[in-house]
Order: sequence, then C-alpha cells, then structure tokens
Amino acid sequence: MAETNGQTNGTHYVGTRTIRPDGVDKVTGRARFGADYNLPGQLFGRVLRSPHPHARILSIDTSRAEALPGVKAVVTRADFADQPSEFIPAGEMMMNYKDVVRNVMAREKALYEGHAVAAVAATSVAIARKALRLIEVNYEVLPHVIDVVEAMRPDAPLLHDDLFTAGVEPKPDKPSNIAKRLEIKVGDVEAGFKKADVIVEREFKTAPVHQGYIEPHAALASVSEDGSVELWTTTQGHFIVRAHCARLCGLDMGKIRVTATEIGGGFGGKTVVYLEPVAIMLSKKAKRPVKMVMSREEVFKASGPTSGATVRVKMGATRDGKFTAGFAELKYQAGAFQGSPVQPGAMCAYAPYDIENVHVIGYDVVSNRPKVAAYRAPGAPISEFAVESVVDEIAKKLGIDPVQLRMMNAAREGTKAAYGPKFGPIGLEETLNSIKKSEHWNTPLRKWQGRGVASGFWFNIGGETTVSLTLNEDGTVSLMAGTPDIGGLRAALASVAADELGVPVEKVRPIIGDTGSLGFNFLTGGSRSAFSGSMAIVEAAKQIKTELIARACKLWEAKPEQVEWKDGAVRPLGALAEKVKPMTVADFAKISGKLGGPIGGVGRINAQGAGPSFGTHLVDLEVDPETGRTTILRYTVAQDAGRALHPAYVEGQFQGGAVQGIGWALNEEYIYGEDGRLQNAGFLDYRMPVASDVPRIDTVLVEVPNPRHPYGVRGVGETPIVPPLAAIANAMENATGIRFTELPMSPPKVLKALQERGLNTRD
Amino acid sequence: MAKHHMEATVNGDPVEFLCETEETLLDVLRDTLHLTGSKEGCASGDCGACSVLLDGRLVCSCLVLGCEVGGRSIETIEGMAKGESLHPLQEQFLKSAALQCGICTPGVLVASKALLERSPNPTETEVRYWLAGNLCRCTGYDKIVSAVMDAAAVMRKG
Repeated sequence: MAETNGQTNGTHYVGTRTIRPDGVDKVTGRARFGADYNLPGQLFGRVLRSPHPHARILSIDTSRAEALPGVKAVVTRADFADQPSEFIPAGEMMMNYKDVVRNVMAREKALYEGHAVAAVAATSVAIARKALRLIEVNYEVLPHVIDVVEAMRPDAPLLHDDLFTAGVEPKPDKPSNIAKRLEIKVGDVEAGFKKADVIVEREFKTAPVHQGYIEPHAALASVSEDGSVELWTTTQGHFIVRAHCARLCGLDMGKIRVTATEIGGGFGGKTVVYLEPVAIMLSKKAKRPVKMVMSREEVFKASGPTSGATVRVKMGATRDGKFTAGFAELKYQAGAFQGSPVQPGAMCAYAPYDIENVHVIGYDVVSNRPKVAAYRAPGAPISEFAVESVVDEIAKKLGIDPVQLRMMNAAREGTKAAYGPKFGPIGLEETLNSIKKSEHWNTPLRKWQGRGVASGFWFNIGGETTVSLTLNEDGTVSLMAGTPDIGGLRAALASVAADELGVPVEKVRPIIGDTGSLGFNFLTGGSRSAFSGSMAIVEAAKQIKTELIARACKLWEAKPEQVEWKDGAVRPLGALAEKVKPMTVADFAKISGKLGGPIGGVGRINAQGAGPSFGTHLVDLEVDPETGRTTILRYTVAQDAGRALHPAYVEGQFQGGAVQGIGWALNEEYIYGEDGRLQNAGFLDYRMPVASDVPRIDTVLVEVPNPRHPYGVRGVGETPIVPPLAAIANAMENATGIRFTELPMSPPKVLKALQERGLNTRD
Repeated sequence: MAKHHMEATVNGDPVEFLCETEETLLDVLRDTLHLTGSKEGCASGDCGACSVLLDGRLVCSCLVLGCEVGGRSIETIEGMAKGESLHPLQEQFLKSAALQCGICTPGVLVASKALLERSPNPTETEVRYWLAGNLCRCTGYDKIVSAVMDAAAVMRKG
C-alpha cells in the first residue's frame, strides 16, 4: 500500500484476488498462442538439423530440394550475413551477435546435435519434410566433448579456434573451450579459514535441465515486397525479437512489427530467437507468409536448457556458528557458444549471508550441447545448491539448528553483499522466522523420512518499460503494456490502474501491445514485468490526474489550490465545494470532446530500485530404500514479495518455482550417449514432475515493502526455484544420512548410494 | 494420395472433413476444423495438452488418427461452456487462479471434466493421479487440484 512514497490513494483492488482479465479466453480455448495463428496463403517452414554433435560443414547442396514442386524457399548460412564479435547486455545475460547468427543457422561448423543447418518453406508440412531429405550436407565429422570438466582439458576437442579465455592475464596464446574466468573477492578467505573451528569442503555436480514450457517455439512471418515485416511469435519480449531480427536479417526496426502471441510458458527460455529470423528470411524469399513450429524433440535438442555444472564449495565457521569464509569454484556449461549464467551464479552464491571473506571463481565453458538460455534465476540455483548444502553440513557438525545457523548469519538491512551492494530492507530473516514458527517445522517424522531447509536469493531487475493508459469516451480504461503476460501480469496491472484512477477493475481492459503500438519495452524476465509495469502505470496515471485537475480548474474557473485528487475524483475544496460536484475520470471522459480532447497518459520509465527477494523453503520427503524413489511429502515456501499486487498469482509463482526445483533435484537431466546425441528428447524420458509426484505446496507470503517502489513491490518470479535443490538434498541427508552432491537424485543414483552402504532394506 | 472423407460429431455439431492417413485427430481439429483450443505440446501422448473426449472417453487427440473418428462423437474445450455460462470447472479455475500461462489449461479442463463425470467426489489423490497425464510447468499443480475439488463440490450441490 501507499505507505512507502506518500501515495494518497487508498488501494482497493491491489492485494486482492481479482479474476484475471484474460482468464475467460484461456479457459475456453479462445486464447491464441504461438501455433494458433495462421494467414491466408501461408507456407510451412521446417528446419534441417545436424545429426552430429560436432562437424565441419564442407558444403550444402539445396538444388534438389528447391526443384521439388511445392517448395517455395530454402535458406542456409549463405542467407545470413556474418556479424562482428561484440558483447552486448541482454537482461540477465550477455550476448554476441556473432554467436547468435551461428546458433540460428550453422556456418562453419555444426556444434551440437540438432543445430540448424538449413530451412525450407513449402506449401505443406509433408512437402517441407520431404524437401529436407533432399538437401545434401557434406559433413566432416569431428571429435566432440559433452562434459564440462572434460571440455576444460587442454587436449579436449576445440569448438572455436578463436576462443581465448577472457579474464586471465596474460592473455592465453592458445584457444580453448574456456570462454571466461571471473572472480569475486572480498576480504581474505585464507585468514577467514584460519579463524574457523570447522571447515567443510565438497564438490557438487548438477545436470543441465530444460525450462520445459509446454508450448513449443512458434513463429509466423509475413514479408511484403517493400520489405515490411509482420511477425507473430511466442516470446518473452517482442521488442527484443524485433531488435534481433532487424540485426540478423539486415532490416530497419521500423519496418518490423512484432506481435507477441499468448505465451505458453517461457521461464527464460523464450528470451532469445531461434525460428523468427529464419521464418523472416524464408518469407522474404518466397513472398508469402511462413509459419514455423518446433516439435518437442527440436525444443529439447535445439533450444536452451540451463547449464549443468561442477561446483566446489568450501566454508568455514566458528564453534558458535559465525561464518568466517566462503570459497566457491563454479564451472558452468555454456553449450556450444559462450554465455553461461556463471556470473549471476557467482554473485548469488553467498548473497544470503553476511560473510566477511568471500572468494568465488567462475568458468564459462563451451561444449557440444545446445547453447544455454536463461532459466528462472539463471545460474543461482546451481551455486546456491552447493552453498546451502554445505551450510547444512556445518549446522550438523556444530550441532546448531539449520534455521538458527542461517538466522545467525543472515543478510539483513545494511549488510554489504559479497557481490557489491549494501542491502536495503530485505526479508530473509522474516522468511526464516516464519518457517521456524510453522506447524510444518514442528511436526515429527518417521524412519526413512527427512526434513530439509534452504534459503535462496535473486537480485530482480527493473529496466525500460512503457505502459499507456487511455480513457475511453464512456469512462472505461484501455491499458496497454509491452511485456508479454506469462502468469497473471494483466491481472496485477489492471488492479493498479483501477486503484490509481479510482475506477472499477472490470472497467480496465489490459492488452499486450505490439511493437508498433507502444514505446520500447525490455522483455518479461528478471522478475521485472509486474514491478516495472506497475511503476509505469503510476506515472501514466499521474499524467492523467494532472490533466484532469487542470480541466477541472478550467471548467470550474478555479485555482489549482481549490481542487484536489482524492479517491478517484477531482474534488472541489472549501467554498467551491458548495458550488460544484466532484468529477470522476468517467465524468471527464464523457465530456472530453468539449473539454480538452482525448485523455491518456504514457508511462515511459527506466525502472530502478528493484528489490531483491529472499525465500526459505522447507521440505519433508520419504525415501524408499528398496527402489531409491523419493516422494515429496510436504512442502512450504516462505518468500518476501515486498507487496503482493495479486496474492494468488504470487503464490502461484512460489508453487510453480518450487515444483520446477523438485524436478531439477530429483529427476530432470539431459542424458547423452557416447555418440554425443541426446537420448531423452521427449517428455516420457525427460521426466518433469506430474500432479501425482507432488503434494500441496504451502505458501507464506512475507511482505517487507521495497521502499523504492510506489506499492512496495519486489519481483517474485525467480527466487522460488533457488532453494528447492538444496532443501531436498538436505532432507535426503536427514532421511538417509547420505550427503548427495550430484543432481538429479534419481532413483538409480539413490539406490546405488544406499546399496553401497548396505542401507537398501526396510528394517 | 487420396484423402479420407470422414463424418463425425464435434461438440454436438455434425462435421465432415478430408484427411490424410497420417493426420492425427489433433491436426484435424486444429488445422482443418480450426478448433485451436486443443494444444500440441509433444505429439507423443505425454503432455495431455491435446486432451479431448472421444465417445465420452478421455484421449490424447495426438494419438488418435483423423480417419479413426468416423461416426464418433468428439468433445473439445470449445464445447465446454454452454451458451452464456461457463462450466463450473472453468469458473473455479478462474476464481482459484489455477492457470498461469494457460497453455495446458484446455487439456487439464477436459481431463478434469472426464474425472468428475465418473467420480463426482474425488479425493485429492484421485485428482492428482487422474491428472498425472497433463503436464503443467507453471503452477506446481496446487491451485489446479484445489480448483477441481472445489468445482466438484459446486457440481454436487447442483
């Protein structure tokens, strides 16, 4: 509520569970997602993908495919201009167009199984498929490397002969698969370890996991003879898609109009382009619309999972539980091109704690896997899994309650984080307290059952945002935002607009505008869309209120000090109040033709002041010693939301993130054969949690307002995936006495560990 | 290749269509009949986003061929609301915020309807196992399960 910056509006809808404005379309099948769009005369595009994990492309002959009746266009590397090497910030990650153009369409080499090599547009999917079989690609198959540690060896097969490790002095004279080395250093860890009474050092391994959105990538492009482009695509950021396509296809941004379709999940994976530039180039050649949709197998093989990693953590603490030093070495897989989330992983590793001496070293390593894409708090779940596992082990060694130990070392207002900033008001302690007080924490367990706790942190971001509010002639409000709505954004923004303007929430119709209808918006990511969007609405509403006050003064022949905006109306003050009646936005809208013309506001901001969000998760599980299967029995998430604009969708973020984390911890992994090919590119073998795998996910909404947001909001979407990995590993230790350091803790792995210790019987 | 001429009933209406032998019922629904409410998430029967009722039985329409449905009755998400009023499951999903992105929602609703038709008072475990064939990556299933149980209670009251 307005406690933080002097807003005078009483909130009415913010904080309540309104019905989402896009809901009816989504429960009736009416909502149009990526693959639901079609245009008259459209062609169907398909991509030819490399069967080899690593091969030089000696030649591509498309002549037979082009000669097939019904084939209207074929594109290869020859159709995309090369791009200079240059790193540019892309939200939470960095990107380089030299790599992006190569990922969209292989150039010199195919660098992973599934790498796009050519694409065809034809009058039917069947003809397009047939045409792909007629394309002759002459490959020189090269040795491949999949594992991150193997890829770092000096004799490993080299993916890029121009990749020299950045961040080391002197610059290496030989190329390698290590793209970057980075370091975070505060204090003196060696001195810190000397002060420690207990030191725990462990190595951890995590598998790459896919974002697992249920909607495959899909795009529909239509390029006209004058070079104008219309593109419909399922994306987390259509303005970013526009920028990428302009660059990769050599077009002016102003010529490209991108409409974000409803998006069927993204979790970071739909922040990059795969099909879009290809569909545009095919349509440009064919002069007809081209529709492209990935199969699930293509999604697994050719779109970004997140990194698998090898992580070493060493922490020290005094006898009475004060952390004295934290060291970590992170080796993150980037996939075929550099740019793993090792940097945020390194920054997050020790962020939940107030530690004087911290040293984190990170490596960004390429190997013959699909290029990683952002996945919900990119990098953080991996490093924090390792640290939170070690924290638990320290607690056990010291005989201190694990929640208590975290509380003793918790970052709080004023703590200077190892990665740089000093925290403002934050809610980690509150989340720990609420877990400690919960009935869940205080319930007894049986044999083979275990309980685990872990905390997590994510920065959250703000960024460039434009939102428009338009008063219609009848007093209803059109709200246009430019960040795709992935999980209830429109519901949250409608409540804010309704409260700001004092109108019923049903009178606000929020839509996601296309790139031609609204100013620039950075993408939906970094837990920014509700945070930044609501800030922009406050700004847009302020413009409207200022204008209405001016109009009231004109109409009433009053001075500004004789009127005020209060409770959704311009109100006359003092003696004036006896002469005229207050006017609502609807009153002004109805006479706008006579008084001042159209009414609207546009919030154009570069949102600053994103407040970090901390969470603590508590899990109970049971291990079946005869099969190694783990069942999650009970789960509680406590997280600081700052202020929940729409509590139900905030809880939904907590619950969804927790269950994705459960999948990451227990089952999900990319499994490669010796041949470098992915063996489980489908939902049957890549086992994401189903409804019967998980219990209720209880939530505790902690609200420590973010002072830099008008409603106190913090981003909430990403933090929930950070704690589950360690919480579950800690519970596994509690249940079995075994410290699992390798994810996923799948039944075969757990059974093996139990067998090795002779524990695989119920007694 | 000669196409098959098929006649069937979709959401109570008679339809006829031509389809290739290899086309699935999902392809026919989406591409020929333009009923895009059923979604393709995997095309292998693992995600349930294409769930429909075939003669009252819950199936993945990606695992049924178009040329198998002659003379049969198909119910899709588009047929779930009757006239002005939403089905109690649809109402409850909105009230409970049981959807985030919404891509799995049509399949989950169709599957839930099939459950409540055979079991009007399901336990939580029953709901969870019945819906185990419908992947949702956003919600963690919590609010979906609540919504189904709450809708069941509403429907029992009639």
